[in-house]
Amino acid sequence: MALERDKHVAQHALLTLDEAQLLAMYRKMSLIRRFEEKTAEMYTRGKITGFCHLYAGEEAVAVGAIEALYDKDYVVSTYREHGHCLAKGADPRAVMAELFGKATGISHGRGGSMHLFDPDIRFMGGYAIVGGGLPLAVGLGLSIAYKEEPEVACCFFGDGALPQGAFHESLNLASLWKLPVIFICENNFYGMGTLVQNAICQEELYRFAEPYKMPGVRVDGMDVLDVYRAVTEAAARAREGDGPSLIEAVTYRFRGHSMSDPVEYRSKREERIWQERDPIKNLRRRLLAERRVSEARLDQIDAEVGAVIDDAVKFADESPEPPLEELARNVYVE
Amino acid sequence: MPQITYREALNQALREELDRDERIFIMGEEVGYFGGAFKVTDGLLAVYGEKRVRDTPISELTFVGAGIGAAMGGLRPIVELMTVNFGLLAMDQIVNNAAKIHYMFGGKAKVPLVIRAPQGAGHQLGAQHSQSLEAYFMHCPGLRVVIPATPADAKGLLKTALRQEDPVIFLEHESLYPVKGEVPDGEHLVPFGKASVLREGKDLTLVSYSKCVYDTLAAAHELENMGIDAEVIDLRTLNPLDLDTVVESVKKTGKAIVVYEGWRTGGAGAEIAAQLYERAFDHLDAPVERVATMDIPMPYNARLERAALPSPAHIISAAERIV
Repeated sequence: MALERDKHVAQHALLTLDEAQLLAMYRKMSLIRRFEEKTAEMYTRGKITGFCHLYAGEEAVAVGAIEALYDKDYVVSTYREHGHCLAKGADPRAVMAELFGKATGISHGRGGSMHLFDPDIRFMGGYAIVGGGLPLAVGLGLSIAYKEEPEVACCFFGDGALPQGAFHESLNLASLWKLPVIFICENNFYGMGTLVQNAICQEELYRFAEPYKMPGVRVDGMDVLDVYRAVTEAAARAREGDGPSLIEAVTYRFRGHSMSDPVEYRSKREERIWQERDPIKNLRRRLLAERRVSEARLDQIDAEVGAVIDDAVKFADESPEPPLEELARNVYVE
Repeated sequence: MPQITYREALNQALREELDRDERIFIMGEEVGYFGGAFKVTDGLLAVYGEKRVRDTPISELTFVGAGIGAAMGGLRPIVELMTVNFGLLAMDQIVNNAAKIHYMFGGKAKVPLVIRAPQGAGHQLGAQHSQSLEAYFMHCPGLRVVIPATPADAKGLLKTALRQEDPVIFLEHESLYPVKGEVPDGEHLVPFGKASVLREGKDLTLVSYSKCVYDTLAAAHELENMGIDAEVIDLRTLNPLDLDTVVESVKKTGKAIVVYEGWRTGGAGAEIAAQLYERAFDHLDAPVERVATMDIPMPYNARLERAALPSPAHIISAAERIV
């Protein structure tokens, strides 16, 4: 049964993190949720076109993982990467403008929703061939080891990538060469509309770590602190020179595979169960109960985030189209 | 000038570049302890160590992808594919990542990666080990395609490849490794996109690259005995493609034959012929001929293999049709 999973509750993590850091995580998750809600709205209004895969519901994975990284650590992602890119610190204006296809977009309107990139924050790209980003993360890990730098390369991918050869080859090579790579599988149970157990013989995905001789853990991907704890451990291990880790974050996308998916392959009941486990509401509840953060404070963060996203939409809408004269620029390095 | 083989010229270029730039390293199957399946990297491991001469597992998709990632991380990897045939396993990384990353990310990322790959037929290796796939790479925007025929160009073009910023597919015909030629010692750079006129002539333009350059030169020699004065052009790189040199030649000769070892259909010759029709139609006195490999999977049998491949005799027949 898809909903059966290990339950890890990060009982102590909340107590050891300071309030500012917890609120920063809450803010980022709220920002991503708001960004995705606006994106859906703009897509429906025809401002955003093409393929568009939303991250709503999975925010705890990106935020928990990236909060555990250093600024100079690399992140490689997939076509469902708005959340990772924003969590790594991208300007929401530049990301929204990219979705609008504008010249001011983070990839200057050449990439779109699936191909965000910003070297300044070491967000090394969204890649739209399933599994295609893993070898790049191995290569970034190799560049770190080669230069004897302290960073790690963190690679996000979905459960759909596990049957790909690229997954198995990448885990083998990263382990063989003890590279500082953190492989984070976002298991949201469906590769498009195919249930994970209809796609791969071993549905406990973290167990693929064992044959490749690296630590493998399954974490609650709806709990930002559980993700944070696991990635902190994996990053420390990688920085020590002890090699890669595999983390399976069990999560759920609240929307369809893409904007054009009517989601007919799963039940409303299943969706309701997962919506009750909403990672943002979950953190909010705990901040109120266990940290005595005031409701007003969290409401204020939500309002601030809302204003940031409204500003991003306005910026994207008012930005110019990329000039036609530059259509053939940057095929080769000039 | 010293006479060395194509293989030695590549080895020399690798050593000079490894000495010049700490960011350069080599990885691929058997490049280290074995010394390279074709011995191009022979002796490098002993000098540069395992950090810079890295044996990889048989995982073409992933070590090519890792080369791309390492290039994005600030290094200058040379990835050796044991042969281009195995490179097909890495086509996703080459076409979807290496070729597109610079453009797709708005010019903000670079992939200064060199992928070296032996290719070609003639050794009775059967259908899966006898391909010349330059057209696949030439078809895809974002890749530089370098395909030297002479030892001097092998050295000079490889060194140039390691000093520019685009992903390069560097194709070496397996029959060329023992070919000897004069190669300048030390710094020797050959620019991309500049064809070389190996023989001047006024009656016919023979356009070629890689191993077929030698068949073409042999045919030109024969043709001379028949009273036909052929010009021979070695393109050296297919992207960028120096068609200007070919057009100038055709303006003089009015006739052209493209000689190449890829399959005839959809090969580099088709593109070169099409561009000649576009740019030199008024100067052409006859259709552009293509002498290429027959459109068949390569057979094992030696007589059949010879018959399927372009040869001086094929070139002479084509010349007789149009001159």
